Amino acid sequence: MKKCINEMKLSFSAVSENEAFSRACVSSFVALLDPYISELAELKTAVSEAVTNCIVHAYRGQSHGTVWIHMRLYSDRRVYIKIRDKGCGITDIDRAMQPLFTTAPEEERAGLGFAVMESFTDQLRVRSSRQRGTTVVMEKTLSEKEDDGYTDLQDTETRGRKLRAGTSLC
Amino acid sequence: MPVELKIVENKLTAYLSGDIDHHTAAAMRTEIDHALRQNNIKILTLDFSGVTFMDSSGIGLVMGRQKLAAELGGRCRVADPPAYISKVMKISGIGRLCEIVDTRTPVRAGVRRDGEITGGEEE
Repeated sequence: MKKCINEMKLSFSAVSENEAFSRACVSSFVALLDPYISELAELKTAVSEAVTNCIVHAYRGQSHGTVWIHMRLYSDRRVYIKIRDKGCGITDIDRAMQPLFTTAPEEERAGLGFAVMESFTDQLRVRSSRQRGTTVVMEKTLSEKEDDGYTDLQDTETRGRKLRAGTSLC
Repeated sequence: MPVELKIVENKLTAYLSGDIDHHTAAAMRTEIDHALRQNNIKILTLDFSGVTFMDSSGIGLVMGRQKLAAELGGRCRVADPPAYISKVMKISGIGRLCEIVDTRTPVRAGVRRDGEITGGEEE
Protein backbone atom coordinates (compact mmCIF):
# COMPACT_ATOMS: atom_id res chain seq x y z
CA MET A 1 0.00 0.00 0.00
CA LYS A 2 1.44 3.33 -1.04
CA LYS A 3 1.60 6.23 1.33
CA CYS A 4 -1.04 8.93 1.53
CA ILE A 5 0.80 12.18 0.83
CA ASN A 6 -2.05 14.65 1.06
CA GLU A 7 -5.64 14.76 2.25
CA MET A 8 -8.58 17.15 2.24
CA LYS A 9 -12.14 17.22 3.53
CA LEU A 10 -14.86 19.48 2.32
CA SER A 11 -18.53 19.93 3.09
CA PHE A 12 -21.01 22.23 1.43
CA SER A 13 -24.73 22.84 0.97
CA ALA A 14 -26.48 20.64 -1.56
CA VAL A 15 -27.45 23.45 -3.92
CA SER A 16 -26.79 23.44 -7.64
CA GLU A 17 -24.52 26.50 -7.53
CA ASN A 18 -22.05 24.33 -5.66
CA GLU A 19 -21.62 21.89 -8.54
CA ALA A 20 -19.07 24.26 -10.13
CA PHE A 21 -17.58 25.03 -6.72
CA SER A 22 -16.95 21.35 -5.95
CA ARG A 23 -15.28 20.81 -9.34
CA ALA A 24 -13.02 23.79 -8.76
CA CYS A 25 -11.99 22.50 -5.32
CA VAL A 26 -11.27 18.99 -6.59
CA SER A 27 -9.31 20.38 -9.56
CA SER A 28 -7.17 22.59 -7.35
CA PHE A 29 -6.35 19.72 -5.06
CA VAL A 30 -5.58 17.20 -7.83
CA ALA A 31 -3.45 19.84 -9.57
CA LEU A 32 -0.87 19.25 -6.83
CA LEU A 33 -0.06 15.97 -8.62
CA ASP A 34 0.38 17.83 -11.91
CA PRO A 35 -2.11 15.75 -13.92
CA TYR A 36 -2.64 15.82 -17.65
CA ILE A 37 -5.48 18.02 -18.85
CA SER A 38 -7.41 14.96 -20.01
CA GLU A 39 -7.11 13.28 -16.61
CA LEU A 40 -8.19 16.42 -14.82
CA ALA A 41 -11.17 16.80 -17.17
CA GLU A 42 -12.19 13.20 -16.48
CA LEU A 43 -11.97 13.59 -12.71
CA LYS A 44 -13.89 16.86 -12.82
CA THR A 45 -16.63 15.21 -14.86
CA ALA A 46 -16.86 12.19 -12.55
CA VAL A 47 -17.05 14.44 -9.47
CA SER A 48 -19.66 16.64 -11.11
CA GLU A 49 -21.83 13.57 -11.75
CA ALA A 50 -21.56 12.34 -8.16
CA VAL A 51 -22.23 15.76 -6.63
CA THR A 52 -25.16 16.38 -9.00
CA ASN A 53 -26.67 13.06 -7.91
CA CYS A 54 -26.56 14.24 -4.28
CA ILE A 55 -28.19 17.54 -5.19
CA VAL A 56 -30.81 16.26 -7.64
CA HIS A 57 -31.70 12.92 -6.08
CA ALA A 58 -30.49 12.47 -2.50
CA TYR A 59 -32.10 15.57 -1.02
CA ARG A 60 -35.06 15.86 -3.34
CA GLY A 61 -38.02 17.38 -1.56
CA GLN A 62 -35.89 18.43 1.40
CA SER A 63 -35.16 22.06 2.17
CA HIS A 64 -31.50 21.53 2.90
CA GLY A 65 -28.76 18.97 2.87
CA THR A 66 -24.99 18.64 2.97
CA VAL A 67 -22.52 17.00 0.59
CA TRP A 68 -19.17 15.76 1.91
CA ILE A 69 -16.06 15.22 -0.18
CA HIS A 70 -13.01 13.47 1.21
CA MET A 71 -9.92 13.22 -0.99
CA ARG A 72 -6.55 11.57 -0.62
CA LEU A 73 -3.54 11.69 -2.87
CA TYR A 74 -1.11 8.76 -2.72
CA SER A 75 2.58 8.54 -3.52
CA ASP A 76 1.88 6.23 -6.47
CA ARG A 77 -0.24 9.01 -8.04
CA ARG A 78 -3.49 7.40 -7.01
CA VAL A 79 -6.36 9.78 -6.31
CA TYR A 80 -9.06 8.68 -3.87
CA ILE A 81 -12.34 10.59 -3.83
CA LYS A 82 -15.24 9.84 -1.50
CA ILE A 83 -18.48 11.73 -2.00
CA ARG A 84 -21.20 11.27 0.58
CA ASP A 85 -24.69 12.50 1.36
CA LYS A 86 -27.23 11.78 4.08
CA GLY A 87 -30.18 11.81 1.74
CA CYS A 88 -32.86 9.34 0.75
CA GLY A 89 -30.55 6.56 -0.43
CA ILE A 90 -30.82 4.40 -3.54
CA THR A 91 -33.43 1.63 -3.49
CA ASP A 92 -31.87 -0.48 -6.21
CA ILE A 93 -28.19 0.27 -6.89
CA ASP A 94 -27.85 -2.15 -9.80
CA ARG A 95 -30.77 -0.53 -11.54
CA ALA A 96 -29.54 2.99 -10.76
CA MET A 97 -26.20 2.16 -12.33
CA GLN A 98 -27.71 1.01 -15.60
CA PRO A 99 -27.04 3.51 -18.37
CA LEU A 100 -30.05 5.65 -19.27
CA PHE A 101 -31.95 4.75 -16.10
CA THR A 102 -33.16 7.88 -14.32
CA THR A 103 -35.78 8.76 -11.76
CA ALA A 104 -35.77 12.41 -12.84
CA PRO A 105 -36.62 12.51 -16.56
CA GLU A 106 -38.57 15.75 -16.06
CA GLU A 107 -35.29 17.45 -15.21
CA GLU A 108 -33.75 16.04 -18.39
CA ARG A 109 -31.38 13.79 -16.53
CA ALA A 110 -29.84 11.47 -19.09
CA GLY A 111 -29.34 8.61 -16.63
CA LEU A 112 -25.64 8.49 -17.43
CA GLY A 113 -24.13 9.67 -14.16
CA PHE A 114 -22.78 6.32 -12.98
CA ALA A 115 -21.76 5.30 -16.50
CA VAL A 116 -19.62 8.45 -16.75
CA MET A 117 -18.13 7.93 -13.26
CA GLU A 118 -17.29 4.35 -14.20
CA SER A 119 -15.71 5.28 -17.53
CA PHE A 120 -13.65 8.15 -16.22
CA THR A 121 -12.16 6.47 -13.15
CA ASP A 122 -10.36 3.18 -12.50
CA GLN A 123 -12.66 2.04 -9.75
CA LEU A 124 -16.12 2.98 -8.55
CA ARG A 125 -17.83 1.72 -5.40
CA VAL A 126 -21.32 2.69 -4.31
CA ARG A 127 -22.83 2.07 -0.89
CA SER A 128 -26.30 3.17 0.02
CA SER A 129 -28.97 2.63 2.60
CA ARG A 130 -32.50 3.98 2.50
CA GLN A 131 -33.11 7.20 4.38
CA ARG A 132 -29.50 7.23 5.55
CA GLY A 133 -27.61 8.23 2.47
CA THR A 134 -25.21 7.21 -0.25
CA THR A 135 -21.44 7.02 -0.45
CA VAL A 136 -19.59 6.93 -3.74
CA VAL A 137 -15.86 6.11 -3.77
CA MET A 138 -13.84 6.66 -6.91
CA GLU A 139 -10.18 5.96 -7.47
CA LYS A 140 -7.98 6.86 -10.37
CA THR A 141 -4.25 6.49 -10.80
CA LEU A 142 -2.77 9.34 -12.78
CA SER A 143 -0.23 8.50 -15.46
CA GLU A 144 3.45 9.02 -14.80
CA LYS A 145 4.83 12.37 -15.78
CA GLU A 146 6.76 11.03 -18.77
CA ASP A 147 3.70 9.46 -20.39
CA ASP A 148 1.60 11.21 -22.93
CA GLY A 149 -1.79 11.08 -21.33
CA TYR A 150 -3.62 12.56 -24.24
CA THR A 151 -2.86 10.50 -27.30
CA ASP A 152 -6.02 11.58 -29.04
CA LEU A 153 -4.90 15.17 -29.32
CA GLN A 154 -4.45 15.69 -32.99
CA ASP A 155 -2.61 18.93 -33.04
CA THR A 156 0.96 17.90 -32.44
CA GLU A 157 1.99 21.44 -31.64
CA THR A 158 -0.54 21.73 -28.82
CA ARG A 159 0.54 18.33 -27.63
CA GLY A 160 4.15 19.33 -27.29
CA ARG A 161 3.43 22.72 -25.87
CA LYS A 162 0.95 22.16 -23.12
CA LEU A 163 -0.33 18.91 -21.81
CA ARG A 164 -0.03 19.48 -18.14
CA ALA A 165 -2.86 21.29 -16.47
CA GLY A 166 -1.55 24.17 -14.42
CA THR A 167 -3.47 25.50 -11.48
CA SER A 168 -4.73 28.34 -13.65
CA LEU A 169 -6.81 25.84 -15.60
CA CYS A 170 -8.82 24.85 -12.58
CA MET B 1 -24.77 34.96 -21.34
CA PRO B 2 -24.19 31.22 -21.40
CA VAL B 3 -26.02 30.96 -24.72
CA GLU B 4 -26.17 33.25 -27.72
CA LEU B 5 -28.80 32.66 -30.37
CA LYS B 6 -28.63 33.39 -34.08
CA ILE B 7 -31.52 32.82 -36.44
CA VAL B 8 -31.08 32.77 -40.22
CA GLU B 9 -34.27 31.87 -42.11
CA ASN B 10 -35.43 28.62 -40.53
CA LYS B 11 -32.13 27.75 -38.94
CA LEU B 12 -31.33 28.46 -35.33
CA THR B 13 -27.79 28.25 -33.99
CA ALA B 14 -27.26 28.27 -30.24
CA TYR B 15 -23.69 29.14 -29.28
CA LEU B 16 -23.17 27.59 -25.86
CA SER B 17 -20.35 28.80 -23.68
CA GLY B 18 -18.77 28.13 -20.31
CA ASP B 19 -19.49 25.08 -18.19
CA ILE B 20 -22.55 22.93 -18.82
CA ASP B 21 -23.75 21.23 -15.67
CA HIS B 22 -27.12 20.61 -14.05
CA HIS B 23 -27.14 24.20 -12.73
CA THR B 24 -26.31 26.04 -15.98
CA ALA B 25 -28.19 23.70 -18.34
CA ALA B 26 -31.55 24.86 -16.98
CA ALA B 27 -31.08 28.46 -18.19
CA MET B 28 -29.74 27.34 -21.57
CA ARG B 29 -32.71 25.03 -22.02
CA THR B 30 -35.25 27.80 -21.33
CA GLU B 31 -33.68 30.23 -23.80
CA ILE B 32 -33.25 27.73 -26.63
CA ASP B 33 -36.75 26.31 -26.22
CA HIS B 34 -38.29 29.78 -26.27
CA ALA B 35 -36.57 30.59 -29.58
CA LEU B 36 -37.46 27.18 -31.00
CA ARG B 37 -41.14 27.62 -30.23
CA GLN B 38 -41.34 31.23 -31.40
CA ASN B 39 -39.81 30.61 -34.81
CA ASN B 40 -40.44 28.03 -37.45
CA ILE B 41 -37.11 26.27 -37.00
CA LYS B 42 -36.15 23.31 -39.17
CA ILE B 43 -32.54 22.96 -38.10
CA LEU B 44 -31.29 23.67 -34.60
CA THR B 45 -27.52 23.66 -34.27
CA LEU B 46 -26.03 23.47 -30.78
CA ASP B 47 -22.55 24.91 -31.13
CA PHE B 48 -20.28 23.47 -28.43
CA SER B 49 -17.04 25.16 -29.51
CA GLY B 50 -17.13 27.62 -26.60
CA VAL B 51 -17.96 25.03 -23.94
CA THR B 52 -15.26 24.62 -21.30
CA PHE B 53 -16.75 21.72 -19.36
CA MET B 54 -19.67 19.36 -19.71
CA ASP B 55 -21.03 16.46 -17.69
CA SER B 56 -24.02 14.28 -18.55
CA SER B 57 -26.32 17.30 -18.05
CA GLY B 58 -25.10 18.37 -21.49
CA ILE B 59 -26.30 15.06 -22.90
CA GLY B 60 -29.70 15.66 -21.33
CA LEU B 61 -29.69 19.11 -22.91
CA VAL B 62 -29.03 17.67 -26.38
CA MET B 63 -31.57 14.85 -25.96
CA GLY B 64 -34.26 17.27 -24.81
CA ARG B 65 -33.65 19.74 -27.67
CA GLN B 66 -33.62 16.94 -30.24
CA LYS B 67 -36.97 15.77 -28.90
CA LEU B 68 -38.52 19.23 -29.01
CA ALA B 69 -37.09 20.06 -32.45
CA ALA B 70 -38.51 16.79 -33.78
CA GLU B 71 -41.92 17.54 -32.25
CA LEU B 72 -41.87 20.89 -34.04
CA GLY B 73 -40.99 19.23 -37.33
CA GLY B 74 -37.28 19.96 -37.36
CA ARG B 75 -34.06 18.37 -36.24
CA CYS B 76 -31.13 19.07 -34.00
CA ARG B 77 -27.41 18.77 -34.60
CA VAL B 78 -24.31 19.24 -32.49
CA ALA B 79 -21.38 21.28 -33.79
CA ASP B 80 -17.71 21.35 -32.86
CA PRO B 81 -17.49 19.70 -29.45
CA PRO B 82 -13.96 20.02 -27.99
CA ALA B 83 -12.01 16.79 -27.40
CA TYR B 84 -12.80 16.45 -23.68
CA ILE B 85 -16.49 16.83 -24.39
CA SER B 86 -16.47 14.41 -27.32
CA LYS B 87 -15.59 11.67 -24.86
CA VAL B 88 -18.75 12.23 -22.80
CA MET B 89 -20.74 12.33 -26.04
CA LYS B 90 -19.19 9.07 -27.16
CA ILE B 91 -20.09 7.27 -23.91
CA SER B 92 -23.69 8.46 -24.25
CA GLY B 93 -24.03 7.35 -27.87
CA ILE B 94 -25.73 10.69 -28.62
CA GLY B 95 -24.27 10.50 -32.14
CA ARG B 96 -26.93 7.92 -32.95
CA LEU B 97 -29.67 10.37 -32.02
CA CYS B 98 -28.39 13.47 -33.73
CA GLU B 99 -25.73 14.43 -36.20
CA ILE B 100 -22.38 15.69 -34.90
CA VAL B 101 -20.70 18.06 -37.32
CA ASP B 102 -17.35 19.76 -37.55
CA THR B 103 -17.74 23.21 -39.06
CA ARG B 104 -14.20 24.36 -38.35
CA THR B 105 -11.78 24.62 -41.19
CA PRO B 106 -8.66 22.59 -40.53
CA VAL B 107 -5.79 24.94 -39.69
CA ARG B 108 -3.20 22.87 -41.49
CA ALA B 109 -3.67 20.03 -43.91
CA GLY B 110 -2.51 16.69 -42.61
CA VAL B 111 -3.11 17.46 -38.96
CA ARG B 112 -6.44 15.70 -38.85
CA ARG B 113 -6.83 12.00 -39.08
CA ASP B 114 -8.42 10.58 -42.19
CA GLY B 115 -12.17 10.40 -42.03
CA GLU B 116 -12.32 11.96 -38.60
CA ILE B 117 -15.10 14.51 -38.56
CA THR B 118 -15.92 14.93 -34.93
CA GLY B 119 -12.53 16.32 -34.00
CA GLY B 120 -10.33 15.09 -31.18
CA GLU B 121 -11.83 11.66 -30.76
CA GLU B 122 -9.86 8.55 -30.01
CA GLU B 123 -10.20 4.89 -29.40
